[in-house]
Amino acid sequence: MNATNFYMSSESTQEIVLNGIAASPGIVLGRAYIFTKHIPRVEEKQIAAGDVEKELLRLHHAQARSQKELEKILKLTEEKIGNQKAKIFEAQIMILNDTVLFDSIKKRIQKELKNAEWIVHKEISKYQQMMMKSPDDYMRERAHDVEDVKNRLIRNIQQELLISRFEKKSVVIAEMLTPADTVLFSRNDVLAYATDMGGTTSHAALLSRSLKIPSVVGLKNVTKHAQQGDWVLVDGYAGTVIVNPTRETISRYNKRKREHRQFEATLESIRDLAAQTTDGKEIRLSCNIEFSQEFKFISQQGAQGIGLYRTEGIFLRSEVYPNEQAQFNEYKIIAEKTKPYKVVMRTLDIGGDKVLAENYSEENPFLGWRGIRILLDKPEMFLTQLRAMLRASAYGEVWIMLPMISGIKEVRRSKELIEQAKQELRTKQIPFDEQVKIGVMIEVPSAAVIADDIAQEVDFLSIGTNDLIQYLLAVDRGNETVSSLYQEFHPAVVKTIHHIIKAAHRHNKPVSMCGEMAGNPIATLLLLGLGLDEFSVAPIVLPEIKKIIRSVSLKEAEEIAHRAMEMKTEDDIRDFLRVNLHTIVPELLLE
Amino acid sequence: MLPRSNALRAGALLNMFMIEKEVTIKNRAGLHTRPAATLVKTAAKFKSEFFIIKDGFEINGKSIIGVMTLAAEQGSKLLLRFDGEDEELAAREIISLFEKGFDEV
Repeated sequence: MNATNFYMSSESTQEIVLNGIAASPGIVLGRAYIFTKHIPRVEEKQIAAGDVEKELLRLHHAQARSQKELEKILKLTEEKIGNQKAKIFEAQIMILNDTVLFDSIKKRIQKELKNAEWIVHKEISKYQQMMMKSPDDYMRERAHDVEDVKNRLIRNIQQELLISRFEKKSVVIAEMLTPADTVLFSRNDVLAYATDMGGTTSHAALLSRSLKIPSVVGLKNVTKHAQQGDWVLVDGYAGTVIVNPTRETISRYNKRKREHRQFEATLESIRDLAAQTTDGKEIRLSCNIEFSQEFKFISQQGAQGIGLYRTEGIFLRSEVYPNEQAQFNEYKIIAEKTKPYKVVMRTLDIGGDKVLAENYSEENPFLGWRGIRILLDKPEMFLTQLRAMLRASAYGEVWIMLPMISGIKEVRRSKELIEQAKQELRTKQIPFDEQVKIGVMIEVPSAAVIADDIAQEVDFLSIGTNDLIQYLLAVDRGNETVSSLYQEFHPAVVKTIHHIIKAAHRHNKPVSMCGEMAGNPIATLLLLGLGLDEFSVAPIVLPEIKKIIRSVSLKEAEEIAHRAMEMKTEDDIRDFLRVNLHTIVPELLLE
Repeated sequence: MLPRSNALRAGALLNMFMIEKEVTIKNRAGLHTRPAATLVKTAAKFKSEFFIIKDGFEINGKSIIGVMTLAAEQGSKLLLRFDGEDEELAAREIISLFEKGFDEV
């Protein structure tokens, strides 16, 4: 179809705007390719006794073909992304080679005289259902792997090809994409991904970021609204997908795209400059990091070190619980790569259900056994991690941060254990930084209230806004019914942040912020004015935040913060900050 | 010689020619993919049948998909059953895998 046709069709169809979660940045316009998963129509068919051999042969060919496909995907993933991600596919290949499984499938075909795909479906679904019942996230993820293998086999028995009708340079629209789909489409010059389900941490979202393919997930019903061949606009910055965009919308987005490019070029030009206000106050601007792939962004975006290194990644992504040496290897690389800047390593912050894989579930995990509470109950585990971190401190500047602290007792007990870990290393004459800095993540309201006392116990504070806001306002932001009450600019939040910063400064301790709020451009002027020493943000927003800091004087920012502190509602504060930001950095693009 | 496990159950008495032994998962990550693969590969070397029983649920220990399904986490107890001509050798080697925590404690 050419452009003329498109304009005609766009006038006869309704423009539909859908909002989801931005998973990978970029703006593109393209034709929709609706990718329907082969939730295969498997029919139960009786076969003649004489056809058993033929049926077994179909199974055999499908098995071989599936294996070839998976090996190809495995290789492609290794080439494009690396070994770690490729592991997802190894498990699937292992299942294809499970002789016990296939023996029982073959026996059932012979005995029940049913078609191969039916028996494959019956037999593998059995395992899949058992896995889905598991309370363990890891196990449920495995259930998806098993489903992938099943569907691949059935499709190959039915001898259908996977991406047969896929035209190059389309926008792939699907309910959900598997990691395999994400990698395979990328080979065919896919323009973007838009899916009904998924979050920013799903495998597919991470892969699309690594592959630099714009992507929006969690759109809920994009597959219902978009038809095969429709024009679709994907905005991976804002998390918006527009089906059948009007001419006006397209030109608006073309402009936005140009502006993004220009703005990105401006940001590029300040990459190596300091995050300094116009009156000379230097702010430390660092990154939050969880995956090693994000590493390249640090230097690319001009960050001064890592303000939050989440250690959960190593634990969740590795098959094996990492021992001291394995953790040390990982931490050492990070400390070395971040040099001469510092890396703030947060000790394991995770719910009890995940970390110990003990059949454990809680009514209210957010108020339950997590973070420092687990570490103090499992001192061996805590000490292992502390020793690994301390050892890494010999290779760079490592700061250690404690999550989910709610009182002084936890701080003191943690310090005792840190001292014990140090003593163990001294005895073994293993080098580490004796002056290693210890800090507390302020994310529980009680810790915020007693920030003064905590500041006296440790070397630094870091405000974790995501949890702090949830706890302070009693709002679960994952709960759609109340998520609008999750307000970064609620006066209580602003006053609490102010209180924490003042408390730390009274004791000459630096304060950083590592929650999402630190990366929200609307908050930058406020936080700067409240006296925040360090912003630790997602790599992708770092240049914007730097641009804002470089455009204002500390004095102006302090005035803005002062005014905001007097306001009574979130709307007033947000509007006020937005207007000021627009005046100070007019070229900044806000949603 | 392997001591007969105290987990020997009444039903098992019907078949004296097999070995049953209760083991505990020691490695932290539990029976995730890598240890599951090691277990299945080891079991495949022997002619004996090898079953794993957890919470009254029995799976074939030579099947990777079966072992993956067990979702056996650290601390959980499994009953291993070996039955066949080389059951003692099989039992010795496989039980030692569990005792060593699959080399990843």
